[in-house]
Amino acid sequence: MHRYIPNTEAERKDMLATLGMQDMEELFADIPDKVRLRRPLKIPKSHSELELTAHMTALANNNLGARNYTCFLGAGAYDHYIPSVINHMLLRQEFFTAYTPYQPEISQGTLQAIFEFQTMICELTGLDVANASVYDGATALAEAAIMACNATRRNEIIVADSVHPENRAVLRTYSDTRDMVIKTVPHKRGQLDIELLQAAISMNTAAVVVQSPNFFGIAEDIRAAADTTHAVGALLITSVDPLSLGVLKSPGEQGADIAVGDGQALGVPLSYGGPYVGFMSATQKLLRHMPGRIVGATTDIEGNRAFVLTMQTREQHIRREKATSNICTNNALIALATAIYMTVMGKVGLKEVAEQCLSKSHYAYGELLKTGHFEPAFDHTFFKEFVVKSKVPLQDLNRKLLRHNILGGYDLGQDYPELKNHWFLAVTEKRTKAEIDNLVAKVVE
Amino acid sequence: MRKVTNLIFEKSVIGRKGYQLPELDTPALSANTIFPAKLLREQAAELPEVSEVDAVRHFTELSKRNYGVDQGFYPLGSCTMKYNPKIDEDLARLKGFADSHPYQPEELSQGSLELMYRLDSILAEITGMARMSLVPAAGAHGELAGVMAIKAYHRSRGDHKRRKFIVPDSAHGTNPATAAAAGYETVEVKSDERGGVDVAELKQLMGDDIAGLMLTNPNTLGLFELNIVDIAAMVHDCGGLLYYDGANANAILGITRPGDMGFDVVHLNLHKTFATPHGGGGPGAGPIGVKERLVPFLPCPTVEFDGEKYFLDYARPQSIGRIKNFYGHFAALIRAYAYILSMGAAGLRHVSDTAVLNANYMLHHLKTRYDLPYDRICMHEFVLSGTKQKQQGASTLDIAKRLLDYGFHPPTVYFPLTVKEAIMIEPVESEPKETLDSFIDAMLKIADEVESNPALVRSAPQTTVVGRLDEVKAVRQPVLRHVFK
Repeated sequence: MHRYIPNTEAERKDMLATLGMQDMEELFADIPDKVRLRRPLKIPKSHSELELTAHMTALANNNLGARNYTCFLGAGAYDHYIPSVINHMLLRQEFFTAYTPYQPEISQGTLQAIFEFQTMICELTGLDVANASVYDGATALAEAAIMACNATRRNEIIVADSVHPENRAVLRTYSDTRDMVIKTVPHKRGQLDIELLQAAISMNTAAVVVQSPNFFGIAEDIRAAADTTHAVGALLITSVDPLSLGVLKSPGEQGADIAVGDGQALGVPLSYGGPYVGFMSATQKLLRHMPGRIVGATTDIEGNRAFVLTMQTREQHIRREKATSNICTNNALIALATAIYMTVMGKVGLKEVAEQCLSKSHYAYGELLKTGHFEPAFDHTFFKEFVVKSKVPLQDLNRKLLRHNILGGYDLGQDYPELKNHWFLAVTEKRTKAEIDNLVAKVVE
Repeated sequence: MRKVTNLIFEKSVIGRKGYQLPELDTPALSANTIFPAKLLREQAAELPEVSEVDAVRHFTELSKRNYGVDQGFYPLGSCTMKYNPKIDEDLARLKGFADSHPYQPEELSQGSLELMYRLDSILAEITGMARMSLVPAAGAHGELAGVMAIKAYHRSRGDHKRRKFIVPDSAHGTNPATAAAAGYETVEVKSDERGGVDVAELKQLMGDDIAGLMLTNPNTLGLFELNIVDIAAMVHDCGGLLYYDGANANAILGITRPGDMGFDVVHLNLHKTFATPHGGGGPGAGPIGVKERLVPFLPCPTVEFDGEKYFLDYARPQSIGRIKNFYGHFAALIRAYAYILSMGAAGLRHVSDTAVLNANYMLHHLKTRYDLPYDRICMHEFVLSGTKQKQQGASTLDIAKRLLDYGFHPPTVYFPLTVKEAIMIEPVESEPKETLDSFIDAMLKIADEVESNPALVRSAPQTTVVGRLDEVKAVRQPVLRHVFK
């Protein structure tokens, strides 16, 4: 007997007898003997809840991450404040144990929450339509590139090298499956160079991909990129930090056709990289090229407002090989977490978080420069992350900080050979002045 | 029963607040001192303004408009809606896991890496594969990574002529969609009279342009592929590879393994077989496993152990590359690992035994009133046809909606596409006999109702918060977001 399997041996015997069988083996008569496993699986023995908890706690305690360290590491995953409410709501079994809302009459909770999520994403990004989520920021970007190729019937994607290196790598992997050509435009002093973009773009270009704030923390001029992109009939895809949109102009208002991003900053724990959630919004005319689930409002037979999965002729379960994407299960529960975050923080709170990130990161930047151990790398139009050039090797610096329980910045030299010893730090609203001052003190120590 | 819930935006009151941040303790900077005016937001996004209580009430109210596994029976075929253990939720939230930054030095992440390394070898043992990649985010994502690995394998051998992937007509929609997404032409193979792959037709399709075959086994009819050994040999003989869609793996734990059946690549849906919650549509996790010759092509990174420490391995020159951010849905991996440890080898075997017994028990009772297109011993699920009931005046959709009035989540309906008026039932192992019996009773009662009063069945559901929806209107006049006045 096992605690997760109710039926007793006696009940199983009864059920077998109903079937006119004596032995469980009779149920597996269709499996060729040649492929039967005639030994127990070689896996660990069954753990009681107490043993399991002890084992898992020991593993968790072998991790010494943000639990004990003050985190100045970002680069796509951030240590932001997570209101307690979110976890309590996510733990309502009606949300977390439910399946995809195929039966709308008993799934109005999930469906309405997704409808609210879609609305919030449209509001933040300034675009017309949003889907119910994809896996993460990187796959959102790759799906957007595919969408652009299908919509323009072109196959070239131009991507700024200031886009997150992992996102570019994922795009490269996805491009390999189709005849998609990826061209990369180098940054100039940490920003997209419009002249270089103009030189690279052509009538074959399906889309240009820009990230803002980019992988150096700097806000890009999306309008300029959009104008250049639209001049050849291509689409502009922008990858954005949703929190930055508390203070920065939305991609839609600046002419972007598709906005994507990762929702982790909106109330999702770091969890060693996942699950997070990818969001995606676009102009109305791209709707039919969008991947994934979309929820729409309609009425029931009595005229009550109700919500349902819609525009499904784009999707794999209807269109099979002609679907816009193969995505099925997405990241609905994490989308819900971000919707709760955006609800709790609200119109004013999102701006306040953004302004605190801005103030604290600029404070840290100024204080670090004052030490004389760093030089500015780029200009100062950054949001919550910034780059400084270190005079000492970063490995030594980060190692020293670890000894003081500080998780230091990301080493950009790993991805950009020309940016050796360029240190990329994130300062969220969670960091206190004392923590920032301590970082600065330990750096010079 | 009908009740409309206002949108959170309609509950918004100017000036309400649901949060409080510590007072800013560094000099306050205004965005307009940093960014040029053209980059500044002029109008705030119309997010709600509500108090914490308002937010909690709202989402609690929404949750009550849902149906979860803890409430009752959820016999959705191919979805494996089993109980999601509570302890796994606690464990996934342990501070040491939840607060780990993906880029923190590996020396600070030894616990997470060890967990992944162990899960990798456990899943490899369960599936009979050499190695896994834990990176894929869901089943379809695993399919894409797996088919791309097959493509990379052929390419590495200078074999560029394989442009086609074979998919049975009974396959999940993700299979043809994945093959197409990976750049293959999909070729459909029909089912035979026993519900399996038509081997004669398959033979006709074989050739040196075939990259592989995607198969679910047991298939979407819940039937074990009787000719699996021959099918595998046939595909391998022509130089193709076999992909195992693990959506139905709940039937085979400790009984048979895809690797032993001859499959080269497999994905598992941890949110099905290994009890991680579905979350109303994800996040799931879709690890893939491969045979030795395909290991070099697995996505980056893998987790390795050098005898002293665990590390992320990116030095994989033949890898298909990165397929998502970071290392996978780690918190889902924690839950699946915890579940497997809870069960142990005997427990997992017990899962499949019980799931298969439960399905056959229900089938035995339900085939008395509903058509059964393929009368065989089923595995963990089975597919009935509502054709007879349709002739009597109520369709499969009507029957599904009537089940709502009896308090059950309906089965999967109208899938697989090869069965008319399909009703696909997967009872899973975590349901007690009395639940199975009460569902059987409801289905038999509905069969009676269809005979005596089909209009009643057609007018279901009566007891839900909304009635049947106008789905045509949703498509013709799309309203995909709230519009602010």
